[in-house]
Amino acid sequence: MGMTITEKIFARASGRESVRAGDIIDANIDLALMQEITTPSIYRGLKEVGAGIWDVERVVVVIDHFSPPSATWKADNVKETNQFVKDCGIKYFYPHRGIMHVVLPETGHIRPGELIVGVESHTVTHGAFGAVAIGIGATEMVYVLAKGTLWFRVPETILVRIDGKFNSSIFGKDIMLSILKELGVDGATYKALEFAGTAIGELTIDGRITLANMSVEAGAKNGIIEPDDKMTDYVREKSRMPFTVVRSDDDAKYSQTLHIDASQLTPLVACPHSPDNVKPISEVEGIHVDQAFLGTCTNGRMEDLRIAAKILKGRTIPKDTRFLIFPGSVEIYQNAIKEGIIDTFLEAGAILCNSSCGPCGGGHMGVLGDGEVCISSGSRNFRGRMGSPSAQIYLGSAATVAASAASGEMTDPRKFLGE
Amino acid sequence: MGLLAIRSVVRAKYGDNVTTDSITSSKYVTSTKPEELAKIALRDYDPAFLQKLSGGGCIVAGKNFGGGSAREWAPVALKAANVNVILAEFFARIFYRNAINVGLPLIECRGISAGVNEGDELEIDLVNGKIENLNSGKAHQGIPIPEFLLDIISSDGLIPYLKNISKPPPDTGP
Repeated sequence: MGMTITEKIFARASGRESVRAGDIIDANIDLALMQEITTPSIYRGLKEVGAGIWDVERVVVVIDHFSPPSATWKADNVKETNQFVKDCGIKYFYPHRGIMHVVLPETGHIRPGELIVGVESHTVTHGAFGAVAIGIGATEMVYVLAKGTLWFRVPETILVRIDGKFNSSIFGKDIMLSILKELGVDGATYKALEFAGTAIGELTIDGRITLANMSVEAGAKNGIIEPDDKMTDYVREKSRMPFTVVRSDDDAKYSQTLHIDASQLTPLVACPHSPDNVKPISEVEGIHVDQAFLGTCTNGRMEDLRIAAKILKGRTIPKDTRFLIFPGSVEIYQNAIKEGIIDTFLEAGAILCNSSCGPCGGGHMGVLGDGEVCISSGSRNFRGRMGSPSAQIYLGSAATVAASAASGEMTDPRKFLGE
Repeated sequence: MGLLAIRSVVRAKYGDNVTTDSITSSKYVTSTKPEELAKIALRDYDPAFLQKLSGGGCIVAGKNFGGGSAREWAPVALKAANVNVILAEFFARIFYRNAINVGLPLIECRGISAGVNEGDELEIDLVNGKIENLNSGKAHQGIPIPEFLLDIISSDGLIPYLKNISKPPPDTGP
């Protein structure tokens, strides 16, 4: 019997001819991703076990959450992360250059066929490039750094087939929200989500990244997309390193197949307080928006900024709505300046912030007060995540966020974009 | 192997989808020391949590306990708040691994939510995944933790485990 792309990558990484869902294996790690929230504790753990790093070429460190730090303990974390990088001779370090999951594909670190782990649940983002990318905890990263391997249970795969032509007001986010509505927040627990179908080829690289990024919102171990020419061209443009494209066999075994007809999709939002509480935007239109938030590893990329600027061009954001924009990386920020997008945002009355995770995790830079309503382009709307537990967080595409910012209330982006 | 058989009283019972955001909300974190993280455990979700656990005990939860963020603070906080074992219908995968790696035992057991009440005393056999409710007399069969993970739990987490396995073998002389 054939293997899925995920099984093939696990087989190669564990030095086996083949693996099956359910097998427990030790696999060699191709790339380990770290950030400043946990790097200090990982460094302490490494010292405690008396180990060095197995291969510095395979480690990437970023500073993106506490960028810049909003409390003394966060500044300490940044300082200790800098120290770790110096002491251990880390070669690939991106401090304050944007969000890990935006910066790493841009800088050529993400390649098809690899096994990637990161101390970050949204490490799954990199499955968009045909890699198996998995979030792990801080203590496990001590083990990875010391040994270069980690145990895994090979996951069953749910095949998500997305076919049909979606219209121009539909984005990766809307497609993923429709999938989350079907699966629920636990529907893919311990499993792989493999996205396939004719609509994938039509999606931009940025749109595909949104699909993989939110796999973890269904509980998935990884989300993955077979690379096509559009994707391998992108990777070759960014990386000079060789890579192997892996594809699922025709007779690969799937635990479940989900069919999405993209032509039937309308703009969707995830309503409070769960990413699977998905409704058409029409059901919440008119709700006053206190904060609109464009950014994050889910939807803070060039495509997102461009569509938001198209909607905001020549408009003024109502004074009782604050619109926060965090370009996902410094590279995106600079491109947005060149394209005049940043001027459009500033003229509309938006607050331009630095390339970082921003208030997504609720630490700083735009938290919510009691009962406030936020429309976010991020991935999570758990109760209290961005501030007050009585705040209401909605999730939507960058277009839905920008349309709602422009109107000061929840708004269907088709009002500005047409069908 | 005393660590692998636990007697514990159910001090808190929760529903489905308790996220790591609910367990350790980042807005309340002021230090990542376990004793400080314990103080914010489940603060908004269940303000009475710390009081309930003051004498130690276990949590019983529904489906998908520990979903969302990969933050290891969540099991660290619960362990430091005197939780000695968590039982749930099933766990989110990163939380499951993190709990084991910080030495907090947990068992997945379908039907456990309906089978126990707050205040029940449980006898928990981690090796076989068996849970006996001493109040009702009912037994529940959970999913046993694989042996190599039990070794990590018995060592009180992955770091002590790594230190143990890195020790040179005792010198037995010529």
